[in-house]
Amino acid sequence: MTSPTLPFTKHTLANGLDVIVHEAHQVPIVAINIWYHVGSKDERPGRTGFAHLFEHLMFEGSEHHPGGYFPPLQQAGALLNGSTNTDRTNYWEVVPTSAVELALWMESDRMGYLLPAVTAERFETQRDVVLNERRQNYENRPYGMAMMAITSTLYPPDHPYHWMTIGAADDIKAMRLDDVHEFFRTYYHPANASLTLAGAIDTPRAMELAERYFGDLRPGPAPAQVTAAATLTREHRLVLEDRVELPRVYMAWHSPALLANGKTSRLYRTLVYERRIAIDVSAYQGSRELAGFFLVAATAAPGQSLTDIATAIDSELHAVINDGPTDAEMQRAAAQVEAHFLYRLQTVGGFGGKSDQLNAYNVFCGDPGYFSQDLTRYTSATRESVQAAAARLLRVDARVVLSVVPNGQPALALAGSEPVSVS
Amino acid sequence: MAVDRSSPPPVGNDPLFHFPEIVRHTLANGLDLRTIEHRAAPVVTLVIQIEAGSGADPGNQEGLAAITADMVDEGTGSLSAIDVSDALSRIGGDYDVEVGADVVTFGLTTLARFADRGATLLADLITRPSLRETDFTRVRQLRLDRLRQMKDVAPAVAERAFLRLIYGAHPYGHLSIGNDAALHAVSIADVAAFHGGRFVPSQSTMVIAGDMTHQAMRALAEASFGGWTNSPTPVAWGRASEIEPPAESGTRLAIVPRERAAQSELRIGHLAVRRNTPDYSALLVMNSVLGGQFVSRVNLKLREEKGYTYGARTGFDWRRGRAPFAVHTSVHTAATADAVKDAHAEIEGLRGARPVTEKELSLAKASLTRGYPRNFETAGNVARAVAQLALYGLPDTYFQEFMPKVNAVTGDDVTRVAATHLDPSRLTTLVVGDHAAIAESLSRLVGDALVISPEI
Repeated sequence: MTSPTLPFTKHTLANGLDVIVHEAHQVPIVAINIWYHVGSKDERPGRTGFAHLFEHLMFEGSEHHPGGYFPPLQQAGALLNGSTNTDRTNYWEVVPTSAVELALWMESDRMGYLLPAVTAERFETQRDVVLNERRQNYENRPYGMAMMAITSTLYPPDHPYHWMTIGAADDIKAMRLDDVHEFFRTYYHPANASLTLAGAIDTPRAMELAERYFGDLRPGPAPAQVTAAATLTREHRLVLEDRVELPRVYMAWHSPALLANGKTSRLYRTLVYERRIAIDVSAYQGSRELAGFFLVAATAAPGQSLTDIATAIDSELHAVINDGPTDAEMQRAAAQVEAHFLYRLQTVGGFGGKSDQLNAYNVFCGDPGYFSQDLTRYTSATRESVQAAAARLLRVDARVVLSVVPNGQPALALAGSEPVSVS
Repeated sequence: MAVDRSSPPPVGNDPLFHFPEIVRHTLANGLDLRTIEHRAAPVVTLVIQIEAGSGADPGNQEGLAAITADMVDEGTGSLSAIDVSDALSRIGGDYDVEVGADVVTFGLTTLARFADRGATLLADLITRPSLRETDFTRVRQLRLDRLRQMKDVAPAVAERAFLRLIYGAHPYGHLSIGNDAALHAVSIADVAAFHGGRFVPSQSTMVIAGDMTHQAMRALAEASFGGWTNSPTPVAWGRASEIEPPAESGTRLAIVPRERAAQSELRIGHLAVRRNTPDYSALLVMNSVLGGQFVSRVNLKLREEKGYTYGARTGFDWRRGRAPFAVHTSVHTAATADAVKDAHAEIEGLRGARPVTEKELSLAKASLTRGYPRNFETAGNVARAVAQLALYGLPDTYFQEFMPKVNAVTGDDVTRVAATHLDPSRLTTLVVGDHAAIAESLSRLVGDALVISPEI
């Protein structure tokens, strides 16, 4: 089988803006995607949540179109959104071919001329919207505060991943309009951004339009790149009480790793299918710019103890470390990885579409073409390399283990768990 | 040359949009096959749609349709559930099941070179599932556990209570997962009977979209699903959509108490019309203006102007029978009564007092039509879209005619359908929230509250 590929052309404008173009002419749409290399990692303790609040302000209008970002684009049939994580902030539109210039005009106007449109009133409304988002997605959601508890232990207080991107409620409430100006000047300029156009557009025209709309925007100085390191020197056991029916255990390590989700994963087979002590189990690899983490979470079946579940997880990890995965497991994983790389090539825009991937590889690896190497990284893994990685990374004496238990029942946590408070 | 920033550049003419040809064929066993060539990626999506949605649940066995659908990938022939998952992994298969109110839809996306293996496996699962007792007890227990967990999830509690309030005992009045007592009452024999009676080719639709010729897709369907036989004991084909739901809910305000909740989860709505109403296009435009997109009256009011919420939307939960219309949002507890009042006012306003403006109308129509082609980017998008045509009995020309029909909607149409199909005096307001903090202000607004438990 021919490996999936993601062809592109890249050109850097004089002001430092990277422009990447990918042609796909099947459907008359074009995806415009911009990454700013700024996220919550660039914040400081006491000022958390700012990068995300700023993303909201980017949708409120800019100097030459102060009336809000959505109306003209939705009128043109665009789908659009943005998001912030620890490492980057992205914005995208998927437009009919008839509205490419409109989208570029709007994106370039907010890249160059946002501040005059940011009024105190808009700032305060969006601060309230973010506080509502925090209530809805974290405080009012079962297990919604678990990741806050985990990251705050996985990373020390001065580490840029110590806090969540949504930020602390008190920090959000304390934000001031003045902070917006400094943040914008530092991070929102061409030299800290990457623009991708993907879809039914010819490369020369795309490059010409990028130059026309973004070429005269002034670059700023390259922001200082954040670096940080974190290690765990012991197992941290934590307990968090929450409005939940069933206890859940989370285990988190600093690491990349290979243990797939799905019914054939060892953990699912043992915990849910065979022993029926858990109702779900998931494994997640959070690959980030400064440090990755590997997370396993399992929810207890009614009446089952987290202790039994944790013991069963440990014994599966032990088996992978001792014996490595089987050939069948490796083949299955390779087939799945290959198919999912291919499925990701089906859409030009949106979160995770081709334009988003090109920007991700460009911003984090300096090469939009890293797609192929990334795929090879997975397909070239061997039983031995996976076993060695598991042995090195998934140590029981260097991890965070969090028990989330129903309110008032801390005894359901794993033995020796310290109460953790998050707010 | 510097860009003219005095005003945004104009939008060009709409690009031409052609929905690919749908080729139909009825297999000898009655299976309605529709194929679409889709060459963007070496991928194929298979969809099987069966008349076995949650509206087909017997009255005392709510959840039977969903648990039957869930049992389909728990094994077939000599394959266990783990073997099935393993076989899917080996072809990079993405398998999913959606239990709707009217139909259940099985989907499999795989690489085109594995189309044969994928179709054969899917046919084995759907037409010859093992339905073993031991798998059933595990699957049922997982569903019971999920029900228990749903009590913690405010939107799920709200959906469940709202359906019951507006549909009453009608077969549409429950979530597909059912309830605790009903799931306990279901046995593997019930699942087998439901499967035997309802999973029949003559009442089902198969859609294939992918990087293959029509001829190859037809051969694929014949080879995999051609041997599917109709039940010797067909069930009486009563459909939920043929039963008329109650004209209106007797409840104006209901609260599911959730102590110290940071937010109130809100549903405000009533039963409206069937999906095949001639007013469909006008209703889409009307809803777009009211709360169907970011720039809509309800979201602008509650989120952008008042800052009560992270987002608010309105919508119809379409089905063959009469569908609910509702406002969906989650607001800061202290803002609950004000948000309900504002939502009522926006619904009322659009019915005539504050009719749709030219600007709103053109925005709504543009956002529905100009972005329309992007709905058909992947083989999966296309296959699922065509399955919807079968579900609602819409013509093959439907997608091609969508944009002209929406563009023909006038401001008077919007006012008329809002006045005809929305009725503030019939609205039921359901709140999952902190009863002590919200009951009094809400009652002053919409009358006494019915207090209901999350297990309604």
